[in-house]
Amino acid sequence: MDWLYVLMPIAGVHIFWPGLIILGIGVGIIGGFFGMGGAWMVTPGLNILGFPMAFAIGTDIAHMAGKSLISTMRHGKFGNVDYKLGLIMLVGTVIGFEVGAQMIMWLERIGRVDMIVRWLYVLLLLLITWMVFSDIAKRRKKEREAKAAGEELDALATGLEWHKTFHKIKIPPMVHLKVAGIYCSAWLPITVSFLTGWLAGILGIGGGLIRMPALIYILGCPTHVAVGTDLFEVMISGLYGAATYTYKGRVELVAAIIMLVGAAMGAQIGAVATKYIKGYGIRIAFGCAVVGCTFSVILKIIPMYIPSIQATCDVLATVVVLGVVAALSVYISLKMFQGAAEEVRRKNAATGS
Amino acid sequence: MRRLWTKLLGLGTLVALLLPEMVLAAGGGGAAPVVIVADTRKLSGLMAWWGDLYNESHVYFTMVTVILIPLIGVLFGTLADLIMSHVGIDLKSRDLAEH
Repeated sequence: MDWLYVLMPIAGVHIFWPGLIILGIGVGIIGGFFGMGGAWMVTPGLNILGFPMAFAIGTDIAHMAGKSLISTMRHGKFGNVDYKLGLIMLVGTVIGFEVGAQMIMWLERIGRVDMIVRWLYVLLLLLITWMVFSDIAKRRKKEREAKAAGEELDALATGLEWHKTFHKIKIPPMVHLKVAGIYCSAWLPITVSFLTGWLAGILGIGGGLIRMPALIYILGCPTHVAVGTDLFEVMISGLYGAATYTYKGRVELVAAIIMLVGAAMGAQIGAVATKYIKGYGIRIAFGCAVVGCTFSVILKIIPMYIPSIQATCDVLATVVVLGVVAALSVYISLKMFQGAAEEVRRKNAATGS
Repeated sequence: MRRLWTKLLGLGTLVALLLPEMVLAAGGGGAAPVVIVADTRKLSGLMAWWGDLYNESHVYFTMVTVILIPLIGVLFGTLADLIMSHVGIDLKSRDLAEH
């Protein structure tokens, strides 16, 4: 069975290549559907397959750039990418990320910040979870009220409406973001991107997990546009990250290419699934992914207090992450195939009549 | 005068080169930088070339990687697009208009 293993030229380890393809398909589906890079899912997966941690992070970022490009291509054709918004946000994201990264280095020189950063991450994830599920609950309440009044709720109605307050800020220059359908001060996307980039820099993550809800709840982007635009951001920041990690000698391009074979198909499935799932369906699934991520981070924190259960927690964290990846991939794929079958059936029926 | 300047310049260069070494020898330096070298002895063909490129220059290696990632992304994306187009669904528009 030697043919199932490939020798990685830089890391010097033999890797089970079908595992890389399966991992690529899984994270491709989720990434294309939610609009995030998904480093929290890929890194443990690569680690399990035998990559040293340093190579796992770099290889993940390299594959993330390619995967996001594939997803952006598909979302762009659906009209889900607001390139103007993406470019405006890019400036704030890059500056914010650098400020955050410098800040964490400064904090590291002062003392041990590892614990604070992890707890900050948990707090942020809990906040996002609360935002997503309270938004869903409020929207459902509105639906029930509308139904009781014998009316139908507007398709564009949302649960949380914070963005309406932010849109009242009229500091010039004002920008019209046509694809997202937003007219606001240019300082709003710049500030949001700076803050999300800063948090990503501090936490050492790509930022898709924070930027996606920020685009929805603060900027007021429709869910589909938030997904597409976030992927555009991840694509560029991923390429920048890939360059820095490659220069440090921490990227195994051969593995990234093998993963991209799976991710190319996965990203198509994830992106096309957004065609058949309503905005709030995406938000619910996103909320579940955030809950999974929160559990995995908590399982990494526990051994800091009880070192004796480190091995158990590591195994549990991996099981949680891979379980979430598998469950969400299956759910999204099923929805995509059901939707596609229905569309083909309608098309055939229309042609027949 | 020129000879004096030449001597001063030479001395300055020597100090600049030796001073960090002296500090390191006195225990003032940090850990030695770790250089990871790809073992190309078991590799052949394209893989061996790739490993050699990594060993010879991280700059060229980075440049080639950064060019290859988007190229491969576009290639695989287009191929996946072609496969998806045979499914028979509309891949250019989305009917759902919901927030």
